[in-house]
Amino acid sequence: MKLQRKNRRALALGALAVSGALALTACGSDDTGGKDNAGGGSSTAASNSSIKCDGAKGQLLADGSSAQKNAIDAWVKEFSQACGVQINYKGGGSGAGVTAFGQGQVAFAGSDSALKPEDVAASKKVCSGGQGIDLPMVGGPIAVGYNVPGVSDLVLDAPTLAKIFDDKIQNWNDPAIKKLNPNAKLPDLKIQAFHRSDESGTTDNFTKYLKAAAPSDWTYSGGKAWQAKGGQAAPQSSGVAQQVKQTNGAVGYFELSYAKELSTVAIDTGASAPVKATVDGATKAIADAKVVGTGSDLSLKLNYATKADGAYPMVLVTYEIACDKGNKADTLPATKAFLRYIASEDGQKILTEKDYAPIPEAIISKVRTTIEGLS
Amino acid sequence: MSDKQRPSSLRGASLPRWTPWAIAAGSLAVAIVLGLAGGLHSRVQWGLIAAVLFVLGTYGVTARVEGRRQAKDRVVTSLVWVAFLIALVPLVSLVWVTVKRGVKVLDPYFLTHSMGVVADTEPGGGIYHAIIGSLEQVGLATLIGAPVGVLTAIYLVEYGRGALARSVTFFVDVMTGIPSIVAGLFILSLMLMTKTQPFGFAGSLALAILMMPVVVRSTEEMLKLVPNELREASLALGVPKWRTILKVVLPTSLGGITTGIVLAIARIAGETAPVLLLVFGNPFINTNPFEGAQSSLPLYIYQQYANSAGEGAAYDRAWAASLTLIAFVMILNLAARGIARWKAPKTGR
Amino acid sequence: MDISTQHTDAAASPGAPGPAAHQRAARAVARPGDRIFIGLTRGSGILLLVIMAAIAVFLTYRACLAISDDHGNFLTTFEWNTGLTPPSFGIAVLVYGTVVSSVIAMAIAVPVAVAIALFLTHYAPRRLSGPIAYVIDLLAAVPSIVYGLWGALILVPHMNGLFGWLDKYLGWTGIFSWNGGAPRSMLTVGILLAIMILPIITNVSREVFRQVPRMHEEAALALGATRWEVIRMSVLPFGRSGVISASMLGLGRALGETMAVATVLSPTFEIKASLLDSGGGTFAQNIASKFSEATEFGRDALIASGLVLFVITLLVNGAARLIIARRKEYSGANA
Repeated sequence: MKLQRKNRRALALGALAVSGALALTACGSDDTGGKDNAGGGSSTAASNSSIKCDGAKGQLLADGSSAQKNAIDAWVKEFSQACGVQINYKGGGSGAGVTAFGQGQVAFAGSDSALKPEDVAASKKVCSGGQGIDLPMVGGPIAVGYNVPGVSDLVLDAPTLAKIFDDKIQNWNDPAIKKLNPNAKLPDLKIQAFHRSDESGTTDNFTKYLKAAAPSDWTYSGGKAWQAKGGQAAPQSSGVAQQVKQTNGAVGYFELSYAKELSTVAIDTGASAPVKATVDGATKAIADAKVVGTGSDLSLKLNYATKADGAYPMVLVTYEIACDKGNKADTLPATKAFLRYIASEDGQKILTEKDYAPIPEAIISKVRTTIEGLS
Repeated sequence: MSDKQRPSSLRGASLPRWTPWAIAAGSLAVAIVLGLAGGLHSRVQWGLIAAVLFVLGTYGVTARVEGRRQAKDRVVTSLVWVAFLIALVPLVSLVWVTVKRGVKVLDPYFLTHSMGVVADTEPGGGIYHAIIGSLEQVGLATLIGAPVGVLTAIYLVEYGRGALARSVTFFVDVMTGIPSIVAGLFILSLMLMTKTQPFGFAGSLALAILMMPVVVRSTEEMLKLVPNELREASLALGVPKWRTILKVVLPTSLGGITTGIVLAIARIAGETAPVLLLVFGNPFINTNPFEGAQSSLPLYIYQQYANSAGEGAAYDRAWAASLTLIAFVMILNLAARGIARWKAPKTGR
Repeated sequence: MDISTQHTDAAASPGAPGPAAHQRAARAVARPGDRIFIGLTRGSGILLLVIMAAIAVFLTYRACLAISDDHGNFLTTFEWNTGLTPPSFGIAVLVYGTVVSSVIAMAIAVPVAVAIALFLTHYAPRRLSGPIAYVIDLLAAVPSIVYGLWGALILVPHMNGLFGWLDKYLGWTGIFSWNGGAPRSMLTVGILLAIMILPIITNVSREVFRQVPRMHEEAALALGATRWEVIRMSVLPFGRSGVISASMLGLGRALGETMAVATVLSPTFEIKASLLDSGGGTFAQNIASKFSEATEFGRDALIASGLVLFVITLLVNGAARLIIARRKEYSGANA
């Protein structure tokens, strides 16, 4: 009998815990916009008025490139406040995004490389009567950051970069580096080259550049996974940036937005002066790109070997991927409104604040036309 | 010390009680001198040198005064102390760092708001959505895992004989060793086959798989502690066996069983890998575990850390969420202890 | 056989029920309630078996899809490129990394954990041992991701000193040579895993040592044994099988640990002779870090590696059970 009374007490305790949890459910809030203590808040009011919502509502699921995560975060903030749509962009990686899109799990995906033929084939099952298309939306310079005490300006060219990341140049006072930097005091320090441990579009574009600009020194086939031997690895761009910051003699590649407190390498492209990793430089390089997509697809072919003055050749273009026809009816208005907003002048303007490169006018105007045609 | 006289033939010479302290102080001093002279920067190295000196010194002094056997005893004593102190350093540092970094942004606002539209790079936002996700996923996992685990344990203890019971016992053991990521992959492969979208309950299923063997193990131990006399008395009164189990055996061991379940909950609440593969993550509040992406505390910590480059707002949030998670686990642990003390079976020991 | 031994052992020990006697009674009077209840409990047992079988079957199925398209040798290839055409990937590096990091972790954690358990049961003042035991209980439940965060922030920078020292004095062995890179290597992983599994092994070992019959210890003391001799002669032999199963619990965690490894290791697909140079990888870490970018085929390949991890865990567990069963005959412990 005593036992049973105790049971009842345990039951009561359990009930208390459950009701407590339920009570907790009622008091949370998604409304985090009010506590606006971040930079960029000032532009909120100004740009809100220009966002057309078109009756968009609900929640939008999206996944893809982590390279554009910070840009999407900024856009989502503006867009959600204007339209009340929740956009859940996971930033799990380009591959994850394309796979999820092909399985019909997300409304749109972000990818650092254009859809492959088999991806397009998979997307046809999801887009009834249409297919997935690439819409270039975010440009970004891939900076090569380094941590060498006493060296604040460093110039490298593609062959030297290739040799450094292939473990063929192992010390900062190597003659090849000295030749490019006659005035710098290069220490006798081992080079610690960091690459991404996960598969990544950033690696893909970085090695594409090395392959295009220094074919004899970079002999690997390229791809999202790092293939060269040697060097050290860290997960995500943030991980690489963190390691470069912490390690003496380190060098690594990541999107410019991660390079905040690091010195970055200027690239000797063969132009009149070495080019620093800047937003303008990236936009200039993207302007050199050709649209190679067919139909409404707008995938670009970048000219990594560009020698144009001021053009920074190591760039990454992130595409948003959606169906040209046959988007799901319940997500179409929100998808369209969001894409329209981020392709608009206001949307592209935010990119510069976040260290991304806007897409050149000639290309983005085509993107806008395509978005209006989405159905 | 060496000139100390033997007081009687029956008692061996023994060192005064303060000897260990004296040797400890001495070796610490020597270590500091060595460290300063040798230019060793890390305090940890000083500590290690002191530890080595302490063990050697103790052996030397004791062997001279008290003999080899006593010396061995003292050395083991000091080794045990040293092992304990060395192990304490990282563990204390872990707790300390988590608390110190965690309290930075941990406030009611943080606990009652989701990330919403706050970008990873900006300050603000909270973990409410992750707490809800964690509570629901772990709760559902418990609803599945605990009954199955307890019933299996009852089968093994009260009924189990023959090949079935033997294989269940064996596979429960094997299941205890399943890497959490493998459980996640299993549910994922099911999801890929059925083309299901990620949702919270998928995470629960993986967690339930991880939970079951732990519950079986602890419940088994508890049921075995129930004195046989109780069962026999009940059966002798003509009570059917199933009622005997429900009304006599289970109530007697309820405290221990609950403790085991609560500890299993604490264990799965911190699992990151399976959740990472299964629930997608979501910066907004989603209270429905059966539909749509959810977040969870370990997943939130991982994502914030991965996007943080080791500093800034996201990094602070990751630590604050870690502190919350540890606090949650600690509360569960305390609850388990409370229940155990409250309903401990009288075992005679 | 070992299983049945254990079962009868447990059944024969004084506190435990004698299943055989009840079984007969239950069968004599088979009431519907009984039948339902037996069905329920047996059903749960069978459910567990089904889950295990399903895990094995599904993983094997997905794994076969990937392995049949692998252009490298799945066992010996030193790369993981599932995105290439043709794909080429192998688990050699992962097997090596997983085994090495776990061995390091066990080599450090087991002796220290046993020492702490002895400290708590036989050396520490009573007032101290209670709270400390509680803290260690708590640490056993600290999520591994937190250990990972701590490892990246505190442990890795502190390894520089140790690595420099090892390289200076033991570098000639080759195992401990260091190229001066960031100390994110197998040794760091092993140490972090050791710290992580230490509380678990300590916990279980402490429970076992507490069960040592007081009589044994008092008898040894009465014969004039020192405290160490008491421990060596009565405590350790009694607790051996318990300590082994505790270690296996820890090893299981170390083998499958994901997040803690992923945050402190600098993974590359090569096997380094030195434990101090960064590189290598483990199964769980590789799955977690490659998973997000992987295509559907890539995921199958990762699942294949998960299957191998599953098999390794199975083998380790089986071996441990054999050892425990054999030891038990000598020690008389019923842990």
